[in-house]
Amino acid sequence: MTLRVSNLCGWYGQAQILFEVALDVGPGSVVALLGRNGAGKTTTFRSIAGLVPRREGVVVFGDQDVSRLPTYEIVRRGLAFVPEDRRIFTDLTVEENLEVGRQPPRLGVPHWTPERLYELFPNLAAMRRRLGGRMSGGEQQMLTIARSLMGNPRLVLLDEPSEGLAPKIVEDMAHAIVAMKREGLSILLSEQNLHFARLISDAAVVIESGHVRFAGPMAELVSHPDVYEAYLAV
Amino acid sequence: MALYLAQFLTGLAGAASLFLVASGLSIIFGVTRVVNFAHGAFYMVGAYVAYTLTERFEGAIGFWGGIVLSVLVVAALGGLVEILLLRRIYHAPDLFQLLATFGLTLMAEDLVVIIWGPEDLVGPRAPGLKGAVEVLGQAVPSYDLVLIALGPLVLGALWLLFHRTRFGILVRAATQDRDMVAALGVNQKWLFTAVFCLGVGLAALGGALQIPRDAVNHAMDLTVIVEAFVVVVIGGLGSVGGAFLASLLVAELNAFGILVLPGVSLVLVFVVMAVVLVLRPNGLLGRAEAPARGTGQMSSRPWRPLDAKAQFIALVAVAVAALLPLWLGPYGLAVGAEMLIFALFAMSLQFLMSTGGLASFGHAAYFGLGAYGAALAVKSLGWPMIPALGCGVMLGLAGAALFGWFCVRLAGVYFAMLTLAFAQIAWSAAFQWTAVTGGDNGLLGSWPDAWAASPRAFYWLSLAVAVGGIGALRILTFSPFGYGLRAVRDSSLRAEAIGIGRRHTQWVCFIVAGGFAALAGGLFAFLKGSVFPDALGIPTSVDGLVMVLLGGVGTVSGSVLGAVVYKALSVWLISQTDYSKLVLGAAIVGLVVLFPSGIGGFFSAWAGRRRVSTRATAAAPVEAAE
Repeated sequence: MTLRVSNLCGWYGQAQILFEVALDVGPGSVVALLGRNGAGKTTTFRSIAGLVPRREGVVVFGDQDVSRLPTYEIVRRGLAFVPEDRRIFTDLTVEENLEVGRQPPRLGVPHWTPERLYELFPNLAAMRRRLGGRMSGGEQQMLTIARSLMGNPRLVLLDEPSEGLAPKIVEDMAHAIVAMKREGLSILLSEQNLHFARLISDAAVVIESGHVRFAGPMAELVSHPDVYEAYLAV
Repeated sequence: MALYLAQFLTGLAGAASLFLVASGLSIIFGVTRVVNFAHGAFYMVGAYVAYTLTERFEGAIGFWGGIVLSVLVVAALGGLVEILLLRRIYHAPDLFQLLATFGLTLMAEDLVVIIWGPEDLVGPRAPGLKGAVEVLGQAVPSYDLVLIALGPLVLGALWLLFHRTRFGILVRAATQDRDMVAALGVNQKWLFTAVFCLGVGLAALGGALQIPRDAVNHAMDLTVIVEAFVVVVIGGLGSVGGAFLASLLVAELNAFGILVLPGVSLVLVFVVMAVVLVLRPNGLLGRAEAPARGTGQMSSRPWRPLDAKAQFIALVAVAVAALLPLWLGPYGLAVGAEMLIFALFAMSLQFLMSTGGLASFGHAAYFGLGAYGAALAVKSLGWPMIPALGCGVMLGLAGAALFGWFCVRLAGVYFAMLTLAFAQIAWSAAFQWTAVTGGDNGLLGSWPDAWAASPRAFYWLSLAVAVGGIGALRILTFSPFGYGLRAVRDSSLRAEAIGIGRRHTQWVCFIVAGGFAALAGGLFAFLKGSVFPDALGIPTSVDGLVMVLLGGVGTVSGSVLGAVVYKALSVWLISQTDYSKLVLGAAIVGLVVLFPSGIGGFFSAWAGRRRVSTRATAAAPVEAAE
């Protein structure tokens, strides 16, 4: 397994948000973390990446327990986190945004350069010198993924990559994710949109009120409309 | 015409050092969010170290090499401070960082006297640049021309650093969103240290370059830090370009102010700053403040008016205080009256800080205005004590209304810096306007009327005023106005949505706090029989802050206790040591490191932990949220 999370609990202040969340991401596979607004998807990601002040449980990445490491150490081991709110550096150009994400090459994982990323996200190639603040939401979403890829990760946590994007851009995004998978990257993405997740994911984990309610292959989730009704339908 | 040109060039030369200091301050703030009060101290230490090195090594290489070396030495010192002190307090509220770095400044002021002695030191002139160049018939020192060229050169070098190196790009990214930078695998710790060294190095360079122009002395830190604050507020925090423009503006205003309006040159800077802030609240090139961090000092328990038991305790305390003259001699009574006066002063600051959520770094301005107002009424108008006190309060209210109108347009550290700048302007006015205030000699002879002249009577008067004032502030805290104020403090958006205007409410709070501080100041003038500019000085403001912190920011009137304890300590301390600044500075630094959430916060957290553990693990699971 590339990532193995078990017994993950997370708190904000006194409030416990996650209750013994467990999930696995195999090498080169795409896993969708599904759930409604407020189910705990983002908190799961933030806990894995070490961004939640109080967390318990085991997060094994590669062959190492990273659950006690600070965020930058986790990221340096090849686990990239792409936040939902994008957090583009608006005062920096596209090129400079990529530079912030750059880390040394890593053995056994694809090595990304700005040129290769411009191939993956052709939109960005045309705006290398543009300030992050002058880009559309979809372009920013592309840039934030590209920026994380500059760290040459083994696994990418993609938080709601399709949120708030125009249908055409969502399609581009799906293509980009498939291309990343083809490079051999493992991807854990969170989604509310089952349709989008189905297109690109191998497996699904459904979360509700901080508890995992379903985990299994995507095909199995699709054949269980009751799970969908109970935990995902709006 | 030629005279004006020469003056213009002098201004440009002065701008260079100011720019170096202010840009360093700005860069450090941008990344670490710490307003480094000790920046002026690093500037001063840079000048002292450069003095020693350039005296030791001769010739052009010795001089310039000495300057570069002093920059490196002081930058390394800055790195040490960052690693040993600042790393421990990055998560503390803004005010504590300002206080800790102020403590460092106090220590530095005594340390340079211990190392280099109290005399002004005149350093060597720059080799080869001792002469003057004739510009339109006016002699302009050639060293000034070098400085004039240096400003843009440093600006250019910083631009290249920030746009053409990975380090610079990381710094700019971290200025905007440091958590995201960490989430991309960058170790913030060393980025912060490097940035702090860079900023401190710039300050040291500014100080080192001044030695051929000005004598080195142990008070140069406060002058420069206040000017740097003004520059940074005008130019916009975090903006190097803004610091450059604003330092030109301030330096030219200083240069021409002396020429056009001698004696009131400071007023010019003040007016320009006011205009800039009204037109562009974030400074010339500044942007809206990055997401504000919670002040982290809000009360954890809801405040309640005193219950029967607490009322009884308060009553007993007042009764004991009222009976003290039966035992205390004149000296004890004078110290007691001073404690009461400072309790009122600290309480007024606490009202501003904890009820209003406005952390002022210049509250002494209103204390001092009250003192001067009262003393002037006695001296110049011959008024009796009570009307004179009223006059002091009126002056304090007027000052708070004027300064506060500008201050409440800002929030957070901008607010703190602006209050400090205004207080320093008030101090300079008291210091420079000799005809009215007596300048450094102060105003003497403001003694109380015959009925209050005995130590006992004056003590009782102070007690009555302090109890009345503190009671009034408490009642205000629990009045509808107090609720509105707390609503604005906790969420100004929601408060605005239910019809409570933020600016107006906070402005009134500022004026009220200023009025009570002025009342305390007026009493102080009668207690001492004199007023000196110190009453308005930064150290007096900081005294108030330390009292509030000692008592606990999150409490309603803890500062009363803080004032009594702190005043007793400092009276004792000053009688014990020649290096009171060093000891006091170390005490402030220690306090902040040991209790990063304040002593009050520390104890309420401790009490909270006890409460939680007794309730065991009964906490019900809370609905999940993202």
